[in-house]
Amino acid sequence: MRGAAATEKRGMRELGAEKLVGWDEVTHGVVINSFEGDAANIASLTSEERIYSDFNSYTATVASWRVVKPVYNRDICIDCQNCWVWCPDTSIISRDKQMLGIDYDHCKGCGVCVEVCPTNPKSLLMFIEAEENDSALSQWPEKKKKEKE
Amino acid sequence: MAITSVKNLKEFSTSNERFEGAHLLCPGCAHSMIVRELMNCTDDNLVIATNTGCLEVSTAVYPYTSWDTSWIHIGFENAATAASGAEAMYKARKRKGTLKDPDASVKFVAFGGDGSTYDIGFQWLSGAVERGHDFTYICLDNENYANTGGQRSSSTPIGATTSTAQAGRVSYGKKEKKKDMVAIMAAHGAPYVAQLAPNKWKIMAQGFQKALETKGPCFINTVSACTTEWKFDPKDTIHLTDLATDSLMFPVYEIINGHELNILYRPKTIVPVEEYLNAQGRYKHLFKPENKHVIEEIKKGITETWEMLQRREEARV
Ligand code: SF4
Ligand code: SF4
Repeated sequence: MRGAAATEKRGMRELGAEKLVGWDEVTHGVVINSFEGDAANIASLTSEERIYSDFNSYTATVASWRVVKPVYNRDICIDCQNCWVWCPDTSIISRDKQMLGIDYDHCKGCGVCVEVCPTNPKSLLMFIEAEENDSALSQWPEKKKKEKE
Repeated sequence: MAITSVKNLKEFSTSNERFEGAHLLCPGCAHSMIVRELMNCTDDNLVIATNTGCLEVSTAVYPYTSWDTSWIHIGFENAATAASGAEAMYKARKRKGTLKDPDASVKFVAFGGDGSTYDIGFQWLSGAVERGHDFTYICLDNENYANTGGQRSSSTPIGATTSTAQAGRVSYGKKEKKKDMVAIMAAHGAPYVAQLAPNKWKIMAQGFQKALETKGPCFINTVSACTTEWKFDPKDTIHLTDLATDSLMFPVYEIINGHELNILYRPKTIVPVEEYLNAQGRYKHLFKPENKHVIEEIKKGITETWEMLQRREEARV
């Protein structure tokens, strides 16, 4: 299945030198393919439908950059997609106008998504990396009352 | 051209990603927000040239590429040259009938930082626009050479401290004003020139789409907040950009055919520029009593620019 090909490769490697050809062995003007095979209609395919090549950074992970991580609470989310449009690391997964969750292979823990989330309480909150998501969800804060001015 | 709907965010979010994660830009960097939005706002095939700078070094670290489209890395000054060369070749091959898919819709885009756009690649950009190539040049303006340690560029505003224009006992940071690149590009007679900001995602997406649709050379200056050199918390990138547009430090506007100026965003309440300055480490020293005059100068500059933009909008000149 095509989808499987893409998912299988997810976050396999930490960024670094791998078994691929080294830079010194590469001739000038090297071309790196982002995909296997024909990539003419890439814009019409979701990530699951694509066949990423080993050169695509989609197959790599920067998870080790994080010290804190965003946790997503589906129960409060209104699918506004603010987090999707402003995530600088393509790490908010949205399909069919619904926010599905966070791509922890590519998220760097910047916290932008939490800041732009408009719900009360927020549907995304930062927790330390070591916290289990279930335990994070069980500590979710209550709705904040509007403070009197 | 195949446009992705940007009517509202829900519709826009159905576009497929073409700028992949696990690039090495700093957490919270606005560069990737801007690039990703450009690539998501169209289904067209894109040929993108990027000159040396943060974006290029962070998205093409061998063996990885974060670009799901044709992408060329070129020297510090040549993004406009590479894009115009590719566009000229494409036109020639179309004429000769040697293209594999002659009906495909292809757009040519160049990305450069302010170092390469305002300084190092300035004459190359000017040449490409004068020759009238059909391409869009997008400057990711973070107001310094962030890739090489935060040196001042001609885009750095007055009063900001940089590694080569440092604030200290005798200096208040950069003494010169920011170059007005948008006006310069408009003076080339380019059909579409704009200054856009990622916090206003819809205005930015519409601006990108206009530029891609427009025949001929287009130039867009985008405000790209730099967490590392402007010195603010990565989570605040959008908040800080809000302060930038709402204090009118970065007015959002377009200029069509060199003279039709439209202001695209008018803040409901104008935020005092002190709020914008105070939110960043690079302006902290301006709040010392001896530097008060620099803030006054910045304020004067903002008022004059805003006045000028409004007058030009009205007069259509
Ligand atoms: S923390 Fe930052 S990188 Fe991670 S999902 Fe949120 S916005 Fe994206
Ligand atoms: S910003 Fe918040 S409410 Fe909006 S889609 Fe993301 S998680 Fe849901």
